[in-house]
Amino acid sequence: MTYHLPEFRHPDLPTNELGYTKKQYEGAISTLCAGCGHDSISAGIIQACFELSIEPHKVAKISGIGCSSKTPTYFLGNSHGFNSVHGRMPSVATGANLANRELTYIGVSGDGDSASIGMGQFAHVVRRNLNMLYLVENNGCYGLTKGQDSATADVGSMSKKGAANPFQPVDLCTLAIDLGATFVARSFSGDKDQLVPLIKAAISHSGFAFIDVISPCVTFNNTAASTKSYEFVREHIEATGKTDFIPVRQEITADYDPGFTQEVTLHDGSVIHLYKNDEDLDVRNRLSALQAIHKYKDKGEILTGLLYLDPDCEDLHEIIGSVEKPLRDLDEKALCPGNQALGAINDSLR
Amino acid sequence: MSTQQVKGQQIESVNDFVIRFANVNGTGSASANNLFAKTIFRMGLPVSPKNVFPSNIQGLPTWYEVRVNDKGYVGRRGGVDIMVAVNPQSLAQDIKAVDPGGYFVYDSTKPLDLRLHRNDISIFGIPLTDICRREYTDPRQRQLFKNVIYIGALAAMLDLEFDVLKNLIHDQFKGKEKLIAPNIHALELGYQYAEENFSCPLGIRVERRDMVGGHIMMEGNAALGLGAVYGGASVVAWYPITPSTSVIEQFEKYAKRLRIDPGSGKRNYAIAQAEDELSAIGMVVGASWNGARSFTATSGPGVSLMNEFLGLAYFAEVPTVLFNVQRAGPSTGMPTRSQQSDVLLSAYASHGDTKHVLMFPSTPKECFDMGADSFDLADRLQTPVILMSDLDLGMNEHFSEPLEWDDSKLYDRGKVFSETELEEMSDRYGRYLDVDGDGICYRTYPGTHPTKGSFFTRGSSRDRYAKYTESSEDYVDNMERLLVKWETAKNYVPQPEFRPAKQSTRDGMIYFGTTTASAEEALDILSDQGLHMDAMRVRGFPFNADVEAFIEGHDRVFVVEQNRDGQLRMLLINECEINPSKLKPLLCYDGLPVTARWIVEAITGSGTTDNVVTFSKEVNV
Repeated sequence: MTYHLPEFRHPDLPTNELGYTKKQYEGAISTLCAGCGHDSISAGIIQACFELSIEPHKVAKISGIGCSSKTPTYFLGNSHGFNSVHGRMPSVATGANLANRELTYIGVSGDGDSASIGMGQFAHVVRRNLNMLYLVENNGCYGLTKGQDSATADVGSMSKKGAANPFQPVDLCTLAIDLGATFVARSFSGDKDQLVPLIKAAISHSGFAFIDVISPCVTFNNTAASTKSYEFVREHIEATGKTDFIPVRQEITADYDPGFTQEVTLHDGSVIHLYKNDEDLDVRNRLSALQAIHKYKDKGEILTGLLYLDPDCEDLHEIIGSVEKPLRDLDEKALCPGNQALGAINDSLR
Repeated sequence: MSTQQVKGQQIESVNDFVIRFANVNGTGSASANNLFAKTIFRMGLPVSPKNVFPSNIQGLPTWYEVRVNDKGYVGRRGGVDIMVAVNPQSLAQDIKAVDPGGYFVYDSTKPLDLRLHRNDISIFGIPLTDICRREYTDPRQRQLFKNVIYIGALAAMLDLEFDVLKNLIHDQFKGKEKLIAPNIHALELGYQYAEENFSCPLGIRVERRDMVGGHIMMEGNAALGLGAVYGGASVVAWYPITPSTSVIEQFEKYAKRLRIDPGSGKRNYAIAQAEDELSAIGMVVGASWNGARSFTATSGPGVSLMNEFLGLAYFAEVPTVLFNVQRAGPSTGMPTRSQQSDVLLSAYASHGDTKHVLMFPSTPKECFDMGADSFDLADRLQTPVILMSDLDLGMNEHFSEPLEWDDSKLYDRGKVFSETELEEMSDRYGRYLDVDGDGICYRTYPGTHPTKGSFFTRGSSRDRYAKYTESSEDYVDNMERLLVKWETAKNYVPQPEFRPAKQSTRDGMIYFGTTTASAEEALDILSDQGLHMDAMRVRGFPFNADVEAFIEGHDRVFVVEQNRDGQLRMLLINECEINPSKLKPLLCYDGLPVTARWIVEAITGSGTTDNVVTFSKEVNV
């Protein structure tokens, strides 16, 4: 089967600050099932990168294995992508980021990829505060092997296979907060208005940004008894509030109710503006974030939106003190100490 | 007990002997014993220390063997001429291990069990514990200086130059000057005791020679770490595992000095200690994919974990440098003992049809050279390159040629299209298009050009334009091209080294890595006995035509290696069109570096036509 993207382009397509149209952020046509939540997320990434005016080739897209991990083919076709090994996207992203700190790193993973086989790598990339967007497309099941329950499936949730899941679910957001993630959000593939600003904020965050996006599997886990179905999520979703992402140099124009707002300024000067639905939540406070997630979970609801943010963190490069210039661009002069230094070393070994 | 009648001939030798120290680990003995070896080195003699240590931090038996030889043989010889036994746990086996006519030095604070007494060796008691109890009050000092005292005694007994010892103490404690005087005092205590109680020097002694020249004493792991600094590695990922840990520690030590950006004071390198070896190799693959030179170092268990990524790197064609410092397997095996038993694991790591480029260094100089070159090779071939060291080479100091670097050398980054090249390109870019016919295609680094040159890297099948495909033709086309690349690799891997016999012969010997020094000594011994053999040292894989021709040109070829199953032999049989029955395995795999005597006995004690050569094993520690 081959797919061709139509070349037709509307002459008046809007352009961003760099003069690119959204088209230039698109990828190949998706081969996922029609209605797959993952495709909406890809569209969200395209929209966010376009709106942020990122050079369309200055992104590295890295994934593991699974339906979610196939998606980097479907966005940012001018950027390099790496569909690596199941559960090991974090290590590949870490190496890539260490090699060149100037690109934007988008890691796409799934619930099997991150909460099962790749749980270890997920935990440790969080700890290192690697500067990247780590996005999990969470559907509670293994789609590519036809619908087995995954580790994020809720107790009692039932996929198309018809058996209720008896095991405790992994909540990647609370885990990430506990492990020291500096940006944690949850969203829903069916809520583009919420997702796009979150992706923009996550990319602008200088550190590890994690978004768990509930993304229903229309083929295997969209049943009436599933807690990851479109219907269930729509009915049980509660947002932390409405998030506006205001890039650097842009004026804040939105209206808001002063009693329920929280503003966080990111490292690069851009601002996240949260119109809160819950005045108890303080997104700068880990404990508050964890309490809020659990409070809604206890009510049988899914709390989405920005959950936690520490904008003043140091990313991995800052922690280890590597040079500003991408390491991959260093030449012999910077890398090789030369024969004279070797002479001194020889002397020290006699 | 210092003077006695010895039955038979005493061993007499100037500058050719084996001394073994038996200690308790964690007592500081290794540095004292190293002082002994370094003194010999500074007296102008080739020397070879081997530390045989347990997988433990404190309390278990440990041995340290030093080979001194003025003909330049620096492999293990076999046998023990002098034993310095300061570990009561191993005393019984230590006294047994001394060659007849040899010398046994022990801590006589506690009298020697008469049942252990031998009348065919000379026995010397030094009351080390008593002396320490008298001289020192601090228990740690009593423990540490005990070692220094017996080194002082040996100086008298073997005629070591005391000034050389003193200078070494000064060098060793540079920056901790207050430790110098007590150490020298301890040396003197031992020296005096030996002078007063024994007739010094013994039949074995050391005389200054001028055989060292520019040589250095270096651990292979330090040379590898330094080689990686010189080779331009900027992203290092690792997980601690014996015996490879010091490769990274040494990289860091040198990089901290030599790789600091003068303007900012920041580091021109990054080191990530990963959560496991899977992650370590994943980071290397990610960094290399993104255009940095990157490596990891590990040992067998780590390579087992890295298999999946090695297969990805082979198939996706990502340069990947891995230093494998082998230890005795399988499983946890003997983590602090040496073997060459990861040859097959490394050559064919991962599922599906995979094979990997290997390099086999045998000295620290070669560790440095090959360590640096491995990055050129990986970039040139766009595939994993695995450098095969082992615990013996990595963790022991070796008498080695000095390190050199050609300052005019530029790194070979292989086939990479720049932004300009992409801009000027009229044809469509294909990541897996074999433009030059050598099986190696052109890569681009992420972020190079706004509209040209981006591609998707994946472990699944793809066409020449890196587009996902399940077409059988495209799959086979790609797999066949990888074989073309494999052929190309034969021109780039280190070529074998030949050592022709003094007389024309139909017998040959093949060896690699740390087997080399002992094998070469064995060849000379055999030659003196009238058994002449041409020899070939394998230095790289894939094997090229010269390797096959060597085997073709001989009727019988001994393959000496340090593993149970004859892994190099199997690899030769697998990869070369040769008659397997020609290849006679000589296998030493007890975890200790093979000795020259063992090789000689294995060959001379064997039937000449047997397929598998039988051998008698030396009694080892």
